[in-house]
Amino acid sequence: MKNEGIGISVPRREGREKLTGAALYVADQIWPGRIYGATVRSRVAHGRILGIRFAEGIPWSEFTIVTAKDIEAMGWFNRVESIEPDQPFLAGEFINHAEEPILLLAHPDRHLLERARRAVTVEVEELPAVLDLDQSLACRQAVGGRDNLFKEIRIEKGDPDGVWATAAHVVEGEYRTGAQEQLYIETNGMSAEVTQGEDGPGVTVRGSLQCPYYVHTALTQLFHLPGPRVRVLQMDTGGAFGGKEDYPSIIAGHAAMLAWKAGGPVTIVYDREEDMACTTKRHPSRSRLRTAFDAEGRLLAMESDFLLDAGAYCTLSPVVLSRGAIHALGAYRCPNVRIHARAVATNSPPNGAFRGFGAPQSLFAMERHMDIAAARMGLDPVTLRRRNLLKKGDLMATGQIVTEDLDLEGLMDRALADLGYPHKRAAFARHNAGPGMVKKGVGFSVFMHGCGFTGSGELHLASVTGVRTRADGRVEVLAASTEMGQGKETVFTQIVSEALGIPNELVSMGGVDTREVPNSGPTVASRSTMVVGRLVADAATGLKQMLMDQGFLRDGGPEGWREAVQRAHAQSGGMTCFSQYQQPANLVWDDVHYRGDAYPTYAWACYAVELSVDTVTWEVKVEDFVARQEVGRVINPILAAGQVEGGVTQGLGWALWEKVETAQGRMVNNQMTNYIVATAQDLPRIRVRFEENNPYALGPGGAKGLGELPMDGPAPAVLAALQDALGLLELREVPVTPERLLEAVEADHG
Amino acid sequence: MDEGRMQLELTVNGVRRAVPVLPMARLLDVIREDLGLPGTKEGCGEGECGACSVIMDGKLVNSCLVPAVQAQGSELLTIEGLAQGGTLHGLQQAFLACNGAQCGFCTPGMVLASVDLLNRCAHPSEPEIREGLAGNICRCTGYVKIVEAVQAAAGTVRP
Amino acid sequence: MRGNVPACTVKVPGTLQEALEVLAQEPGLWRPLAGGTDLMVPFAAGRLADTHFLSLQRLDDLRGIETDPGGITFGALVTYTDLRRHPYVQRHLPNLVQSAKVTGAVAIQNRGTLGGNLVNGSPAADSPPSLLAYAAQVELTGLGGSRWVPVEAFFTGYKQTVMAPFELLTRIRVPEPDAGFHFYRKVGTRAAQAVAKVCLAAYARVEAGIVRECRIGLGSVAPVPIRARAAEAAILGRALDALPVAAARAALMADISPIDDIRSTAHYRRTVAGNVLVQALSELVDWVNIQS
Repeated sequence: MKNEGIGISVPRREGREKLTGAALYVADQIWPGRIYGATVRSRVAHGRILGIRFAEGIPWSEFTIVTAKDIEAMGWFNRVESIEPDQPFLAGEFINHAEEPILLLAHPDRHLLERARRAVTVEVEELPAVLDLDQSLACRQAVGGRDNLFKEIRIEKGDPDGVWATAAHVVEGEYRTGAQEQLYIETNGMSAEVTQGEDGPGVTVRGSLQCPYYVHTALTQLFHLPGPRVRVLQMDTGGAFGGKEDYPSIIAGHAAMLAWKAGGPVTIVYDREEDMACTTKRHPSRSRLRTAFDAEGRLLAMESDFLLDAGAYCTLSPVVLSRGAIHALGAYRCPNVRIHARAVATNSPPNGAFRGFGAPQSLFAMERHMDIAAARMGLDPVTLRRRNLLKKGDLMATGQIVTEDLDLEGLMDRALADLGYPHKRAAFARHNAGPGMVKKGVGFSVFMHGCGFTGSGELHLASVTGVRTRADGRVEVLAASTEMGQGKETVFTQIVSEALGIPNELVSMGGVDTREVPNSGPTVASRSTMVVGRLVADAATGLKQMLMDQGFLRDGGPEGWREAVQRAHAQSGGMTCFSQYQQPANLVWDDVHYRGDAYPTYAWACYAVELSVDTVTWEVKVEDFVARQEVGRVINPILAAGQVEGGVTQGLGWALWEKVETAQGRMVNNQMTNYIVATAQDLPRIRVRFEENNPYALGPGGAKGLGELPMDGPAPAVLAALQDALGLLELREVPVTPERLLEAVEADHG
Repeated sequence: MDEGRMQLELTVNGVRRAVPVLPMARLLDVIREDLGLPGTKEGCGEGECGACSVIMDGKLVNSCLVPAVQAQGSELLTIEGLAQGGTLHGLQQAFLACNGAQCGFCTPGMVLASVDLLNRCAHPSEPEIREGLAGNICRCTGYVKIVEAVQAAAGTVRP
Repeated sequence: MRGNVPACTVKVPGTLQEALEVLAQEPGLWRPLAGGTDLMVPFAAGRLADTHFLSLQRLDDLRGIETDPGGITFGALVTYTDLRRHPYVQRHLPNLVQSAKVTGAVAIQNRGTLGGNLVNGSPAADSPPSLLAYAAQVELTGLGGSRWVPVEAFFTGYKQTVMAPFELLTRIRVPEPDAGFHFYRKVGTRAAQAVAKVCLAAYARVEAGIVRECRIGLGSVAPVPIRARAAEAAILGRALDALPVAAARAALMADISPIDDIRSTAHYRRTVAGNVLVQALSELVDWVNIQS
């Protein structure tokens, strides 16, 4: 039998429909009697709503309209809760950010709907807005949270203060990263209908989303409905990257409220301008680092003040902050650590999840800092890493012991060899000394990414998956993980094939429908393969055991498997084995003091880049990129490589081209013309290498998580390469647009 | 016919079609709704992302920028028209084999842009491939496996 | 899609005469619509006030390209793809090939027209600098007749031209340049699908080591596409081995008036325009050396 299990690049089972135009995304589903929904939003960052006026010339009686007052009148709950119940579905009295939703409209005629949207005027008393981190911290005006603080985390180990005075070198620096738009090519959209059941009305939504049960929870809370009367189905989803983790709850609530009032199905699909202006972005960050080194460059102490701009509501910021704080020390050994992390409120649209989720921000700062420190100390950046990279037995920032037999130095050396770093460094130094207008440089970064939810997150999620028999002899996987391009269906299929010794063809994937699949948690945090995939494997082997125990399956071999399943299904009416997450006993995490095993395991990486800078225009061209990572076990090499290639591209964008421009708290370059992501002509081949030296015992086949890791490496590597090309020390912020590079060069020479 | 509508007659995927449309409706919307072919996508509405790409009179165009009136008498190829019967076009097969599609949303436009490229240049170099696809933005793949898919298909696909 | 589609009316004249009659009857009401790659963007965003469109799609007379001993004449509806592929353009007007090549990407090039690009009047358009460097002229036609206007005189302000509401831009004429040096560089926000931040096109003729002709067209550094007259004056008549590069750069600063905007800064534009000019002069010297 052909091996279609773990480690094989089987073709994607979801692939064909995407290539023929048969895949159905939310905007593709044409409902009979479809009504469209639109949203009236705030133009100001902060204000008090005085009234809402409806201009003449629109047949308002034909429209379905929902406002915060209607939510109250219906007895609904006007709050979307990710962690705190502070964000309203519709603003009532106060506006706390630009583009905040105020009023919903629905009508069957799309063109009339747009005219109506423009004919609604919200009268606002504009109030001063808090729009940057310093204003927020100064706290002369409350935006949200407690004293504008949504979350504060301290990670402490040893005693840094005993070290500064005597250390051979102390280096300080401030690093900033900008917001980033996920720019999934399919914008946010949801379709909702109200259903009439025996027990009463219910709500069904279908749309573009990552976390069906997050939406489910939000809707049960909004409408005070019991779980079974809310149904959420994921449609084909055109990219997400975190941007459809929490936002879909809001748009689902909007569509559902309109559907409830309209008495018919409502679809809301954002156009690109609206989506970019009003949905979540990567948190902008500011890191202030101070590190002490001994005379040989070994880290003695590290102190970080890590700030995230959360925007106007709490949403997921505490968790983003958590991951950022835990990763702030990077992949280094350091006996004395003080990380002070805060997520603060501003009158901006709330920021949210984007691949990496806080780690890219803090890792950028630490990696940049290490390169700058190396230069200050007269050390080669490679040597500095050699002296400080974690090894087995070392303690991480939270006190977690590295139990893997890590060879980060070897990983680094292999990545650098892949790129040709050592000889290119020398060759480029000679080249750059010459008269040419194009300067060349190489740079690298070493980093890790914690896999799965932080600390006790998985314990709280208590994820469940199932595998059940089907009449046709296939087994069906029941999980709430969403396919959004990463190939989840294929990977789960391979995992089950491996667990049961059966071909892929005998494995079926249950559609993501909260009525049909249990809550296996959100599709985030690089957990789907490692955590959920493992649960799926367990459920599959559990089902096999059930078949054997009940005599349907003789010796457990692949022959006769299908018949056994058919028999079992026919005789029992269907058998399902569920598997629930169990926290490994050896994982100990203290949520209060932020100490212990922050993540069950880590993926480790070294990325290296070669670039050229045209000093006529200060444009940066990425000439070559190597991404080498240790990920435990690769389930499907071609899919895994695709994840890295895409993630690296987003990381390069964050480093070089993707700048969110704002004015008065609102994104103003909210068009694809002006928010710059890479085209095929802007990139080289990204070369991907996997290592499987440290399989994770609890992951399927040894697999760790992979999805977010690629986001962490490119930005610091790019800035290191720019430093190499131009001799600049003062690049501490991303994105490094040509305009910023020009300024930095002038500041350096001036 | 409703007031203000015109009868748009065109050939779509080899089939003669006639639909009443508003003249300034976008061809993209006509394709998706009036012609019932939702494979062509809207990603940006500004002609930047290429998700709406179709082949019109033998040339790649952004259907979000074509007013319906200007599609009168044209020949359109959309993603639905590529596979013949159940057999995938060589480019579709190559994308499948090389993992050139992840979330799939840019894919219809990307595949048609690839068809257009290979129609014009049977054995494109990598820079030519990247130029031919530069008007199709993908957020998932970094373009690596898309380029590989086009290279794999080149020479095996008859225009 | 926020455009008011139901409110729109489109006329599709079969001949130029018909088109001009419509414009003559109701000047200012009918917006000429060529390839749509400019107009459809603000239309779909709900930012275009026009509701009456004059589609030029049937005016095949405006699609032609004719060469004659003195030069080449393009119909206004010639697309960027047409330009890129034409052997005469490739041979004699490489800047026009380059500017066509960097306009958007393939799908835009297949639909966008040279006439539409000019009439749209954006200072950031990619082709006008090439046309300026080649001393091109445009023909504006109304019912009463035609007039020829140098491209340099065509633009009057940001997105404003001398074209009257009853006129159409019908042809673009480029005289054949003598053998000379051609240079084009667009500095965009990325390699394709980019709006120019700075755009410079140059043509120069050198004889016996002296610059005899020099025309420099620029985009994105002023409210309109411009000729860099002061920079040209600094170079014209100078010997190649003693080109006053610094003076030319300084003179260029007098020609341009860049601004900060959503894509870039005035400082960047000023600096980079100067750098690109210096690059062009350096390549000019190299080119002459290679010729001899």
